[in-house]
Amino acid sequence: MKEKPDVLQGTLALMVLKTLDVLGPQHGYGIARRVEQISGDLLAVNQGTLYPLLLKLEHEGSIASEWGASENNRRARFYRLTATGRKQLQTETHDWEQTAAIIARFFKVKAEDLP
Amino acid sequence: MRFLRRLIIRLSNFATGRRADQRVREEMAEHLAFQTEENLRAGMSPAEARRQAALKLGAAQAVREQHNAEQSLPLAENLLLDIRYAFRMLHRSPGFALIAIATMALGVGATTAIYSVIDATLLHPLPYPHPSELVRVEANLPGVGAHDVGLSIPELKDLQNSGIFQYVSLSFFGTNNLTGSAQPMSIASKSVTPAYFAVLGVDAQLGRTFDPHDATRGFNNEVVISDGLWKRAFGADPHILGKTLRLDNDPAHVVGVMPASFRDQGPNSEQRGTELWAAGGFADDPAPPPMRGTRLPFETIARLQPGLSPEAAQGRLDALVASLKKQYPADYPSQGAWTLHLTPLAETLVGNVRQSLILLFGAVGLVLLISCVNVANLLLARASARGREMAVRQALGAARTRLIRQLLTESLLLFVLGGITGFAVLFCARKFLLQFIPESLPRLNDISVSWGVLAFAIVVSVAAGTIFGLAPAWLTSRLNLTETLRQEGRGSNGSRRRSRLRHVLVIGELALSLVLMVAAGLLLRSFWDLFKVQPGFNPTRVTAIETSLPNPNDPKTDIYRTATQEAVLLREVLRRNRTIPGVEEAAVSDQAAIPLGHGQNDLRMTPLLREGQQVQSGQPPLIDTLTVSPEYFHLLGMSLLRGRLFVDQDLEATPLIAVINQAAARKYWPGKDGKGEDPVGMRVRLLGRLGRARPEWTTIVGVIADARTESLADAGIPQIYLDIYQRPAKFLAYYLRGQVDPAAISAQVRTQIQAVDAELPVYRAETLDDVLSSSLSVRRFSMEMVALFAATALLLASLGIYGTISFLVNEQSREIAIRLALGAQRRNILKMVLRQGLRLAAAGAGVGLVGALIVSHLMAGLLYGVSPYDLSTFAGVTAVLTSVAIAASYVPALRAMRLDPITTLHAE
Repeated sequence: MKEKPDVLQGTLALMVLKTLDVLGPQHGYGIARRVEQISGDLLAVNQGTLYPLLLKLEHEGSIASEWGASENNRRARFYRLTATGRKQLQTETHDWEQTAAIIARFFKVKAEDLP
Repeated sequence: MRFLRRLIIRLSNFATGRRADQRVREEMAEHLAFQTEENLRAGMSPAEARRQAALKLGAAQAVREQHNAEQSLPLAENLLLDIRYAFRMLHRSPGFALIAIATMALGVGATTAIYSVIDATLLHPLPYPHPSELVRVEANLPGVGAHDVGLSIPELKDLQNSGIFQYVSLSFFGTNNLTGSAQPMSIASKSVTPAYFAVLGVDAQLGRTFDPHDATRGFNNEVVISDGLWKRAFGADPHILGKTLRLDNDPAHVVGVMPASFRDQGPNSEQRGTELWAAGGFADDPAPPPMRGTRLPFETIARLQPGLSPEAAQGRLDALVASLKKQYPADYPSQGAWTLHLTPLAETLVGNVRQSLILLFGAVGLVLLISCVNVANLLLARASARGREMAVRQALGAARTRLIRQLLTESLLLFVLGGITGFAVLFCARKFLLQFIPESLPRLNDISVSWGVLAFAIVVSVAAGTIFGLAPAWLTSRLNLTETLRQEGRGSNGSRRRSRLRHVLVIGELALSLVLMVAAGLLLRSFWDLFKVQPGFNPTRVTAIETSLPNPNDPKTDIYRTATQEAVLLREVLRRNRTIPGVEEAAVSDQAAIPLGHGQNDLRMTPLLREGQQVQSGQPPLIDTLTVSPEYFHLLGMSLLRGRLFVDQDLEATPLIAVINQAAARKYWPGKDGKGEDPVGMRVRLLGRLGRARPEWTTIVGVIADARTESLADAGIPQIYLDIYQRPAKFLAYYLRGQVDPAAISAQVRTQIQAVDAELPVYRAETLDDVLSSSLSVRRFSMEMVALFAATALLLASLGIYGTISFLVNEQSREIAIRLALGAQRRNILKMVLRQGLRLAAAGAGVGLVGALIVSHLMAGLLYGVSPYDLSTFAGVTAVLTSVAIAASYVPALRAMRLDPITTLHAE
């Protein structure tokens, strides 16, 4: 079996935050679905691992949660982004883009471009 | 920041025991329901839909565990579980727990006790602010072999202006008579230059100390008193300030009272107990004129400029010395090689006690080590009993690190419980134990069982528990699973490794106890030799009682100024003392002449000028000078070798005479051929101590045999005796030989003395036997302590070897049973087991002897009359150790011999 890339595991938190930012309050299943949809099969992690991560983010103050009713009227725990989380998302997005840009430049470079 | 927030939430969850298990369960159930619905919509069968949903979610149990771990602190939770489990394990084998805890309590308790002594004496010897700035300044003339010759007043000024020190002070210890209250008192006092308290950095609790810039040339009549004296003599009078005391008939104004916590500094307990400080400039009466060449035999202490290290200060001081020598070549002749030497004050106070204390700490450290080894041995023995438990745990999936962590928790618990028990016992028994510490130990009053000591005990136990718990834990958790489970610990691969470690431990224990026993044996021999030494005088039935005459600053007011004036008093008191019931003989001397007494150490060394002999650089040798009455020699049984002793006809008006001891004759009159010449008839000048007395020629009339009146360990100290009826002495000791009532003698003598002069204080009545025995007190203390530790070590080591041999017998019981069944002689079985014990003992003794040689070499300075490689001590101790080891293995050997082969083989 091929191992799932680690780097994607590490960025799961960022994906969760972004999902909540775009879609507003969501329950665990909703987040899992969204992450799966966007990343495709690349990130077919066990959906269960999401829950410890959500707890961690909550402890860190990036998200908050409360019980509510879902679209088909079931009791579910809804997560939403806090102000801290929004700020965190901004800085991390910025960092991520910067890193990605640098890496991209490295990939583009050819031997003859270098002086 | 986010990390911190998370940690705090987890910590609080851990503390309050809040669980999120219910929540994650509900959420996961929710999740499954959503997914199942989704799958159903995608057209799966209900069963398949649920299965796929569960698959996608992953291992629910693992998720829950992860979630719980995130909620709280799993490491701490495990630790709690381990501790709870460890307590349960200890509870299940109370015998083992009790022995292990008691052993550790012994080791840690003893170490902590010695540590508390060292903490007060060696680590914190100076109870003053910024103690590292305090130094002692010593002037030496190495060129002529003279040390600590003192400073002159101009030199003191040079030091003060050098910029090296904040303050410099001279001080001089003595006693003063305080009169005017109900009973005249002799008070330990220091005459100091006014900067003294500024050097120490301590202020008065009432009033003030001296003004460090006071420039009075003579005594300024200001005194500061201790809290103790204030309470004792003045009933803590709040209006004491400005009152006038009569000190040696001089008026003195009290300007301050020191706080109760203040203790003076000094090399002995008398000085540390100083109760009165008088300030003076030492540049006018009674001191000699302040000339550069007139050195005052005082102690100099100073406080360095902040931030200046003693080394750097020494460098600047050397430069100062060089420039002074250039400036005043006449005062510093080159052959004297005058130098000033700085020593941190803390070092000068502890002195010879340091070596004894370090020895004790070493000894107690070995005891601690042996107790640790013993407990480690017990843990290993239990390891084989718990082999099956460990195997089952591993088979069920416990990681080895997890097992080690748990085993380590157990051993740490044992060690820490032991340490705390030891500390608790020490804490409860501290008053009782303090009695055994000799009074001559510096800072005895400051020894306390404090928080620092508790911290020490805990740190020691934790460190010991980690070090000595790790190896057993490592070996216990190292198993061959299948074999252990199949064999039920009948001896497996791991157990062989364990028993090898156990052997090493027992050998180590035996070796360590041998080292301790050799140390104890050597100290015991030294002590015994000193105890049995012929002191050269007879202390039996002699009581010494002290008194002192006033020594006013103005000599004209001194009613005992001349020897003739004083002789009237002395003869009358002696006559009266002889009438006390039981007294057979009486004599008087200055306090320096009390055999092995405390003396007036600052005063007793006098420069000796011999007629016809050139003195190098104006620094004559210093000789121990004692002033005695004619009866002194006979009363103490000191024998005359040549010439004559003092007689009643020797008076102030007759030519001055002296008696020397053999050591002085040998050293100062060696003769041209080295065979010695007869010193009788030779003339010497004894330079006045403060240069005040006009030195006159004194004729030596007799030579007496050497007596160890200065130090029991040193027979050959040169001494010169002067006649008290020719040279007055202020600090007196009366000696009475006979069958006197020890309880009443002090009062009887006081009555007799005060009948002659009611203003004389009478104090400190001691029998010479007591003086003799207390002069050995530090030696006795360290000897007894080391002996006690050695006995403990031997006991622990014998327990260790007993345990190991018993364990071996247990392990080999099957083999022994088979041998017996096959017809082996029971005697041979006994021999076989004993041989194992003997082999361990021999190995331990071999290693121990090497260690003992090293240790005895290091402690050579503490020995007297016995070589550090004394063969009989080494041989004796080895024999004792071996026989104890054999005795300890004899019990299990007997058990092996009486083994019943049938039951043993059936039991397996």
